[in-house]
Amino acid sequence: MNDVNAAFAAAAGLIVDADPAVLGIVMLSLQVSVCAVAIAAVIGLSLGALLAVTRFPGRGAVVVALNALMGLPPVVCGLLVYLLLSRSGPLGQWGLLFTPSAMIFAQAVLIAPILAALTRQVLESYWEEYAEQLRSFGAGPCRAVPTLLWDGRFALLTVLLAGFGRASAEVGAVMIVGGNIEGYTRVMTTAIALETSKGDLPLALALGIVLMAIVLGVNAAAHALRGNATRWAG
Amino acid sequence: MRAPDTILPLTIEGLGFARDGQPILSGVSFIIDAGPPSIIIGPNGAGKSVLLRLLHGLLVPSAGTIQWSGIADPRPRQAMVFQRPVLLRRSVLANATCPLALAGLSRAEQLARAHAALELVGLAALADRPARSLSGGEQQRLALGRAAALRPEILFLDEPCASLDPAATQAVEAIIARLATAGTKIVMTTHDLAQARRLAGEALFLHRGRLLEQSPAARFFTDPATSEAAAFLAGALVW
Ligand SMILES: Nc1ncnc2c1ncn2[C@@H]1O[C@H](COP(=O)(O)OP(=O)(O)O)[C@@H](O)[C@H]1O
Ligand SMILES: [Mg+2]
Repeated sequence: MNDVNAAFAAAAGLIVDADPAVLGIVMLSLQVSVCAVAIAAVIGLSLGALLAVTRFPGRGAVVVALNALMGLPPVVCGLLVYLLLSRSGPLGQWGLLFTPSAMIFAQAVLIAPILAALTRQVLESYWEEYAEQLRSFGAGPCRAVPTLLWDGRFALLTVLLAGFGRASAEVGAVMIVGGNIEGYTRVMTTAIALETSKGDLPLALALGIVLMAIVLGVNAAAHALRGNATRWAG
Repeated sequence: MRAPDTILPLTIEGLGFARDGQPILSGVSFIIDAGPPSIIIGPNGAGKSVLLRLLHGLLVPSAGTIQWSGIADPRPRQAMVFQRPVLLRRSVLANATCPLALAGLSRAEQLARAHAALELVGLAALADRPARSLSGGEQQRLALGRAAALRPEILFLDEPCASLDPAATQAVEAIIARLATAGTKIVMTTHDLAQARRLAGEALFLHRGRLLEQSPAARFFTDPATSEAAAFLAGALVW
């Protein structure tokens, strides 16, 4: 029991003192996940929006596949990206394996389907409501997409936050493609896994507390956004 | 003297529409020309909304033709306010500029027209409010202003006062009358006879998917040509 108390005290110390090792790991984590969300947003939002307004044979299968990919285990995603980026893989000559770029790549692959699937859900219900009115304004499905994205702005920000939460909390994908190299590719989740197994509980705990705070902050932001969304949705 | 680029008159010939083998409209023929409002009246389920959607190009006829005049593209010269208008999740002002943006107008032109339209429908003071927080009457006026801002030659209105109280109805009718006086051709459906009397230049009586009568308002309301129209006017025909 004393060990745990001492670990918490030491962890608090690391956070309060803004320990450079902790700070570096936290900054890299944020950098990787923010970049991954940005890339996944471009792909996921456009794919989701297009899927919401178009009807084509096989669309149902695409929707089911996207929904299934929302549950893609991070380690499997990491393995797939590893195969892509490894020296003999199709993208081997990019030389990205065990770099932060590889981690961004893997997290983007992990959350792009989530963003696409959730965007499709949100915008499809808007499209059902708007289609005829927008057609009267002379806008068919494709020209309606910017209108739908803008009207869904609050709901979609919540979607992006969900993606960020998922990216920053996953460990499997970044572990495999980043390699958890100290001072280079070590992020909060991989550091926690490693330090716990080494027995360095204070560092693991300190990072765990920061991670929890970030996840909490993201959810608080999402909650605030929902209030705004209902104000405009009326 | 007719303007050279007018899309009127609108000529409808043998128009029919069916869904799942069920005829909803059949053999509808009439001509709509510039002038005071043409009011399409008839009981619920007569096919009024379907007819407006066909004229506006939102539904494809299963029979007959809809022929606009002139050489101008009729599409941007018409606008429609739906029975249940869809307001966007934006401010009142942004609702008025959106169709103008989609029509490709410059930002300055969008704002000038939108502000003028909000002034017309008495919503200038609410320009920054979320549109969906407006009352029913205000929402209907916004939908009307938004359509008017497109400066259509012909404006289709589907039961614009269906769910409004008398005061809101009066406000909407005043706007419609002003648009008509300013030269916009109004084609409007209603099942409210008193309203039809107040606004109509001519009446088109639709019953169970058939056009039974098209007459000048003065004649239709005093001396209807069909027994169905007479029964409807007497309040005896509810379906
Ligand atoms: N999209 C549709 N599919 C099938 N039936 C429809 C559709 N729209 C309208 N109808 C039917 O067509 C008839 C006329 O409807 P509508 O034009 O809305 O009547 P009104 O506007 O005169 O009250 C009704 O019987 C209605 O049930
Ligand atoms: Mg109707």
